[in-house]
Amino acid sequence: MSFLQIQKLAKRFGPSVIFEDVSFAIEKGEFVAIIGHSGCGKTTILNILAGLDTASEGIVVMDGREVAGPSLERGVVFQGHALMPWLSAMSNIAFAVKSRWPDWNRIQVQTHCQKFIGMVGLTGAEHKKPAQLSGGMKQRVGIARAFAIQPKMLLLDEPFGALDALTRGVIQDELVRICAATHQTVFLITHDVDESILLADKILLMSNGPNACIAEIVHNTVGRPRDRHTIHHDPQYYRIRNHLVEFLVNRSKLYQSGEAKRPAQPPVVRPGLESAAAKVINLRH
Amino acid sequence: MALSARLKGLLLTALLLAVFVGAWHLATLPKAAPQAAESEYSKLVGAQAAVGQKSAFPTPADFGAKLLEHLKNPFYDKGANDKGIGVQLAYSIGRVLLGFLLAALVAVPVGFLIGMSPLVYRALDPFIQVLKPISPLAWMPLALFTLKDSNVSAVFVIFVCSIWPMLINTAFGVASVRREWLNVARTLEVSSLRKAFAVILPAAAPTIMTGMRISIGIAWLVIVAAEMLVGGTGIGYFVWNEWNNLSITNILSGILAIGLVGMALDFLFGRLQRAVTYTE
Repeated sequence: MSFLQIQKLAKRFGPSVIFEDVSFAIEKGEFVAIIGHSGCGKTTILNILAGLDTASEGIVVMDGREVAGPSLERGVVFQGHALMPWLSAMSNIAFAVKSRWPDWNRIQVQTHCQKFIGMVGLTGAEHKKPAQLSGGMKQRVGIARAFAIQPKMLLLDEPFGALDALTRGVIQDELVRICAATHQTVFLITHDVDESILLADKILLMSNGPNACIAEIVHNTVGRPRDRHTIHHDPQYYRIRNHLVEFLVNRSKLYQSGEAKRPAQPPVVRPGLESAAAKVINLRH
Repeated sequence: MALSARLKGLLLTALLLAVFVGAWHLATLPKAAPQAAESEYSKLVGAQAAVGQKSAFPTPADFGAKLLEHLKNPFYDKGANDKGIGVQLAYSIGRVLLGFLLAALVAVPVGFLIGMSPLVYRALDPFIQVLKPISPLAWMPLALFTLKDSNVSAVFVIFVCSIWPMLINTAFGVASVRREWLNVARTLEVSSLRKAFAVILPAAAPTIMTGMRISIGIAWLVIVAAEMLVGGTGIGYFVWNEWNNLSITNILSGILAIGLVGMALDFLFGRLQRAVTYTE
């Protein structure tokens, strides 16, 4: 059984259906990205995984236990960093660390925080308030806070959406490095096709909402280690990229109207590789 | 020479003050007798008639002399009707702080409850809406009847008038704490008590302090009127007593003292407000 299992998840507000029949699984240590247009319910799925929202239907099981509310086992990096502005960067992280290990003394908390501040490259800025930090630095504090509680799973809600391209690249590199070192299980929401190829092992493609579904699961066959500057030399890179862009531009809207059939179990696709084999898997479902 | 904006402001303030005092001085100059005094009138009132009449309103010099007198010995106590202006102010400040503190003890927790629970908000809102616009002095007879002590009644009136801004601001501040900070606390499985003190209180603190600053201002306005009613001690009673004594200089001294203390209280709460304010 997979580490995280999502079965038949649905969210409805009265008669309107946000998404339905969302089922997928995440293995331990896997990095899964979900990509789709605004309004398809990506954030709602993440909030349900975090325990901050409840599903109208379906079940989420992590590590053999049903997810029934927020938990320290799942760390969240929020879209808008969500740092407390009256606390310094260090105190923001310490707030989380003290929640995780209430028995630790001040020195233990401090040392632990310092380690994660160093990990995101913020040494020297730990005593600054969020208002004194740049957007990128704030988001790094948010990432350090989520990593510092050493959760079983990390949920990232478009963490780099508000950053400029340059900063985004730097932090993406850091995330690649940290995830490679920690083997953290991660679920990431993104709008950015390149970001998903750089970071993820699997990419879930979501059709347009309302009435959205998971249309495909793309296996990211670009080899690791990946580097932002050289990744486009990998022959698989453009095959996957084209597949994702083609989905977002043309196919994502077909599922609402019924032109494309909603899969009961989303087909697994390896763009550019054994396309015949992928079709066989497709047919079996 | 380039003067800093601050210095320019200060100079202008001094100039305005000088103009005001000058105008006051001119207005209160002894008036020359409008016409040659009749000899019979002169005989009756003496030299006054010849030099004209001194204004009943004190001159700035009179006022300054009186002020100096008050400043030299502000804390004497020579019986019920003759206490130094410092003693009277201390009574008033004491009542205001006591009433304000009691109000804070009620308003902040209840405001928290209202802010956190929409049900409590709906249940209490009608009471707040009816009670809030009542002039605090309207409670005075009821307070005197039930509490049977003028001093306690004055404190009660301060309590009533300072409770509303604090209650409403606390409730508003607590209700508008950013959802994402609460979500952070939820994902970290923070206990309700820690959430209240470590997340909601600091997040709402600037709004709560604004309420407190408004409250202390209102309390200082109300105490003067309340003390005029209940009598005995306090700066309000002092002003009213000096009206009965027809001592305009003392009334003016009282008015100036009320203004200065009010300014000091506002300054103090402004400082506190700045201390808890954060930039996002």
